Amino acid sequence: MPTIGVNRDALFKSLGQTYTEEGFDELCFEYGIELDEVTSEKEQIKKEQGEQKATGASDAIIYKIDIPANRYDLLCIEGLVQALKVFLQKESAPDYRCVAPLNGLKHKIIVTPATQKIRPYCVGAVLRNITFTKEVYDSFIDLQDKLHHNIGRKRTLVSIGTHDLDTITGPFTYDAQTPSDIKFISLNQTKAHTAPELMELYSKDSHLKSFLPIIQDSPVYPVILDSNGVVLSMPPIINGDHSKIKLSTRNVLVEITATDLTKAKVALDTIVTMFSCHCDEKFTVEPVDIVGHDGTVVETPGLPYRQETVNANNLNKKIGIDLTASEIANLLTKMCLRSEVTNADSGEILVTIPPTRSDVIHACDIIEDCAIAYGFNNIVKTFPRSVTVGGQQLSMKLSERLRHRVFLFLACKWEKNERYGTNCLSDDVGTKMRQVGKNMDNLAVHISNPATLEFQVVRTSLIPGLLKTAGSNRKMPLPVKLFEIQEVVLKDGSRETGARNERRLAAVYYNKTPGFEVIHGLLDRLMQILEIKWESTNPELKGKGYCIKGAEDPSYFPGRCAEIYVHGKAVGKLGVLHPEVVTNFDLVCPVSALEINLEAQQRIIVGK
Amino acid sequence: RVNRAYKMNSDNLQECVLKQIDRYEAVDSNVLAAALETDHQAIVGAIKSIQCYGDVIKVEPRNTKKWNVTEEGKQVIKNGSYEYNIYQAISAEGTLQSEVLQKIPNSKIGFSKAMSNKWVKVDKKCEGGPRVFRNIEDLKDETRHSLLAIQNGGVEQIGEKVLAELKKRKLAQEIVNKSFFIQKGGAFCLKLQKPETDLTAQMIQDGSWKSKTFKDYNYNALGAPPAAGHLHPLMKVRSAYRQIFLEMGFTEMPTNNFVESSFWNFDALFQPQQHPARDAHDTFFISDPAASTKFPAEYLERVKTVHSKGGFGSQGYRYDWKIAEAQKNVLRTHTTAVSARMLYKLAQQEEFKPVKYFSIDRVFRNETLDATHLAEFHQVEGVVADRSVTLGDLMGVLREFFRKLGIEKLRFKPAYNPYTEPSMEVFGYHPGLKKWVEIGNSGVFRPEMLRPMGLPEDVNVIAWGLSLERPTMIKLGIDNIRDLVGHKVDLQMVYDSPICQMDF
Repeated sequence: MPTIGVNRDALFKSLGQTYTEEGFDELCFEYGIELDEVTSEKEQIKKEQGEQKATGASDAIIYKIDIPANRYDLLCIEGLVQALKVFLQKESAPDYRCVAPLNGLKHKIIVTPATQKIRPYCVGAVLRNITFTKEVYDSFIDLQDKLHHNIGRKRTLVSIGTHDLDTITGPFTYDAQTPSDIKFISLNQTKAHTAPELMELYSKDSHLKSFLPIIQDSPVYPVILDSNGVVLSMPPIINGDHSKIKLSTRNVLVEITATDLTKAKVALDTIVTMFSCHCDEKFTVEPVDIVGHDGTVVETPGLPYRQETVNANNLNKKIGIDLTASEIANLLTKMCLRSEVTNADSGEILVTIPPTRSDVIHACDIIEDCAIAYGFNNIVKTFPRSVTVGGQQLSMKLSERLRHRVFLFLACKWEKNERYGTNCLSDDVGTKMRQVGKNMDNLAVHISNPATLEFQVVRTSLIPGLLKTAGSNRKMPLPVKLFEIQEVVLKDGSRETGARNERRLAAVYYNKTPGFEVIHGLLDRLMQILEIKWESTNPELKGKGYCIKGAEDPSYFPGRCAEIYVHGKAVGKLGVLHPEVVTNFDLVCPVSALEINLEAQQRIIVGK
Repeated sequence: RVNRAYKMNSDNLQECVLKQIDRYEAVDSNVLAAALETDHQAIVGAIKSIQCYGDVIKVEPRNTKKWNVTEEGKQVIKNGSYEYNIYQAISAEGTLQSEVLQKIPNSKIGFSKAMSNKWVKVDKKCEGGPRVFRNIEDLKDETRHSLLAIQNGGVEQIGEKVLAELKKRKLAQEIVNKSFFIQKGGAFCLKLQKPETDLTAQMIQDGSWKSKTFKDYNYNALGAPPAAGHLHPLMKVRSAYRQIFLEMGFTEMPTNNFVESSFWNFDALFQPQQHPARDAHDTFFISDPAASTKFPAEYLERVKTVHSKGGFGSQGYRYDWKIAEAQKNVLRTHTTAVSARMLYKLAQQEEFKPVKYFSIDRVFRNETLDATHLAEFHQVEGVVADRSVTLGDLMGVLREFFRKLGIEKLRFKPAYNPYTEPSMEVFGYHPGLKKWVEIGNSGVFRPEMLRPMGLPEDVNVIAWGLSLERPTMIKLGIDNIRDLVGHKVDLQMVYDSPICQMDF
């Protein structure tokens, strides 16, 4: 969620009203933005760089406001003030218009075919007779930053260049050239560099270096030139110094290059609508012709006013309110969605969605705005009328019962371990458990991009987690008894995703003596609860109950491991862990362990 | 005076002490030690033992100070002070200094003391070396007299200054004597009877309990911990949430698929392919098995269309939707992926039936770990699909849900979420913390998500979600999530955690 910082006093002045902090917080809450922090330039510098650096910085109060990620029109003070003034019914929403120059000669940006290889789209517009102040200038730069970061996805999808139009001469060309052929003085530099030199230069720039990979390896770099060959910008990295905007600049060329045309258009509409309020003729924008690589000419910005018809009845039904069509139209108008009732009887409302509201893409967005304007907290709370019957997943139900019946009331301290992560080092389930080789690779799901090295694979066994917990709790009195009922993930080619979860129960007993009988007793108790009989030597029960048979497993001490069979199928193992496993997990006493797949038992329960 | 016929073992020492107390009524332990000719420590031990029998004796600790003469002081008493001896060793016509110093023990101390007392004088110019002469006619050995007085218990006759001087010269010392002043208690007796520790089966069977006394219990100690298992607090809170959902008629969704395709995790939810949540920074992608390829073909086509071109009344996101992006396997980032599968399944039924679904299970985010972020957490999710279900219904369901958790006051804030519209953040008033706390997120699923599945137009789906960890942390007063989850968690915390009724 983007956050913008606005000067409180300037905000209140523009709103024509002052608020207490609580009062403004309340307004934000109602509108769906959030007053996140109250600070000042001084305080921010103090927090980030220390007291000393803060001396001399401004004490003016800054409101940090969280903006919903789809509301690009609220990312600067101009837009925020406009939206709130309309919401507070102090003003009606402006009419944004494209006005071609009097002589009819629009500026042109000619897009060459070469650009299709790297960054195919370009749009542009001119802000005529704009007046910058320091505050307006800062806001203009800041909005570009915010758009770059959000809708532009860190300039990969969209990047914006703004230029002093009076320093350059059209028509402009959007081209893609071999990097070494591009040479210009970039923003705030004193001498000309070639594009490869610039890439080198900015590889040390903390802000710009993250954008370099967007074009770095391309054989051609995007570049925008004027008719004299002056480089306006090398998107998405840097503008030229020649056309940079100063406080005295009166005419601004906005150019946007992109890999996503929809987003480029939205970004352009946002910038020009937000700052056209500073033009002599307010809310007007001078269009620019984009001459496509195939010769087609498209005028930008689109400044689309889209119309959508909604029905009052339907809208009432979705929200759970009961308003007339004209009441709804009034509410929507407060949200900058100018609305008029076209048929009072049927409740038809014609809603006009302005170019600032690119977030409105469906009637449901209009419904939300109506609910916001009505006040979420004014809506009467009701309960869905249909009666439904509750139900549990058998696996969850079984787990809950086992947790309570087997472990809580057993007269020993079995402790539920719910703390070990699902993802772990491949070592934990592999080498440390003495399970090496292709067996591991065949079983475990591998993660490609873990932010933390600890997460390489998804665990295939619950025992390592229990051992780690025991290892971290060596100060606890012995014996330490831990259990966990959770799912592991195993590769399984027969499944849609190629993997499946398997619900397991695992327990470890850590004491001075191995305590195989304790773990074994736990298994017996578990089976008793599940009404699965011990086969013993009774031939009648053979294959119909459970039994354990000696087995081999590298994780267990030789001769101290048994496989558990339920209805004749192997479902898990129990035994005394191999001393190497014990030491691998930083433990010093013998450990007996049990791990059993619960899904077989589930099927047996269902079968009954 | 003392009956020496007693053999002083610890048992009869106690009895001796009791007899003495009986005689004296009130007595200092030092006096007892002297009277019984026993070490004072042994007497103290006997007193402590007697105290265990209840109010037999009353004991007050006492500190008494006493002056006595040191070993060196005793020598002085016997032989006279060094300075006196120097004086005595000088003849009337004076004696060679070297001779005096040789003759007398500790002569150096004695000489300088005698000099400073002006008892003697030295003439350095005498023939044959310096000579010492008596300076006064007659004198008394005050130092010896004072020490003698101390030894005979007459310390009060001696001035402070003199005492300080003697102490400095390490001839006398003040000793703090810790002792006990003992009086008879309410239950005084001469013969101690040992009370029984506790009732035994034997006593009940032979009736001997009737004539026995029993030791008092210490009610200030804790009882023995019961032998029982312990559930992790998260599991207890999880149970509480499940219970609430079940009470409200919700059915549990099968969430046993941690590995999910991007299609179901994102695309089906109308989450665009360039959405930041789909970044490697936020989501765990799977390298093996890397991709899913089996999707319902027609549905996939409708999802693609609604993203790239719109439809069902939507403008869509108007971008180039790629199947490769949808095929990528991830560790699911929310259980809403499961909800999407369930709703799709619901839409495939002949006739629509209203449902209420819930799930509580693990979800995964590729976050850098800190005090509030983990790479995995539990998502609690509720979903209601019904004809003409309203935003007001969502609020009503949330009110009932949170009421069962003990949160009475709710507030709703408009919010943004790619797959719900309207979207609301849910705030609950926490009476303990005395503030509004964000307790969940909620909304109405977008038609762009539901309609491609094939759900009828008038079916709305409301949903909400929250994490299991956060309310548990608030409940247990834990600030750092790593104190709650992860193998480094202290098992003691698990033992100590309360029943976790979630009502605040």
